[in-house]
Amino acid sequence: MSIQVATRQVGDVTVIDVAGRITLGEGASSLRETIRGLVNEGQKKILLNLGEVSYIDSSGIGELVSAFTTVTNQGGKLKLLGLTKRVKDLLQITKLYTVFEVFDDEAEAVRSFA
Amino acid sequence: MKKQEDQPTGESKAVDAVLDSELESADGAEEIVLRVAQEVGFSEEELHRLGMAVRETVVNAVVHGNRYSAHKKVRLQVFKAPDHVAVTVADEGNGFDLASLPDPLAEENLLQQSGRGLLLIRAFVDEFQMRRLSPCGTEVKLVKYRNRRSGQSEGSSKEE
Repeated sequence: MSIQVATRQVGDVTVIDVAGRITLGEGASSLRETIRGLVNEGQKKILLNLGEVSYIDSSGIGELVSAFTTVTNQGGKLKLLGLTKRVKDLLQITKLYTVFEVFDDEAEAVRSFA
Repeated sequence: MKKQEDQPTGESKAVDAVLDSELESADGAEEIVLRVAQEVGFSEEELHRLGMAVRETVVNAVVHGNRYSAHKKVRLQVFKAPDHVAVTVADEGNGFDLASLPDPLAEENLLQQSGRGLLLIRAFVDEFQMRRLSPCGTEVKLVKYRNRRSGQSEGSSKEE
């Protein structure tokens, strides 16, 4: 399954629901375009829901980092929601678990932006 | 693809394939290796880890080794034994110095967009070897054992 990206608004937080594979090529670029579009619109509170992501490679990890720096550089915040065990493992191996704010519960994640 | 005689290590060659220098080759290579690993009896998690290591290795061969050249190929060989699978991936590029690569775990590199492929490969297999080929190219060998938890501290890693 290739990547599927959908956005929805919860209060003033934009939740990006990602499903499928975030890998080099289409998967990574699709996510990048969505993030850049939101940042250009002035959205500063972004919650990336990775609960339905089945596979992520090193390029996909790179896209998460790129998304984080893009949003942060514009004065915004990007946080992660619903990591699978495999994605958590990847973030731990790459030491990025300490960089991202990670949540299991969406309501709690949304409240954290306040 | 052809099957050959047993290797000294008890491995038998299961696959010998030549792949084009395009990103789709990573998908194909992953599929080929996982088919062999399934025959050996790898668990789902072991398959995932080996598959990702193969994928990252082939992407490196295509992108950094052959630089997408239509004139250069990636050779994939898969060997199987009762307790492990060995994979070699060879490109026709100019090679590189492993020691010269930045450490992706260094504080100043944590927010770099790229440079984590080798880290993941080494984390997900039990043995990692790299050697220069003559007259050109680089060959990476990955070995993953069944029922053994891979990790950087447990695996061997060397550059020949």
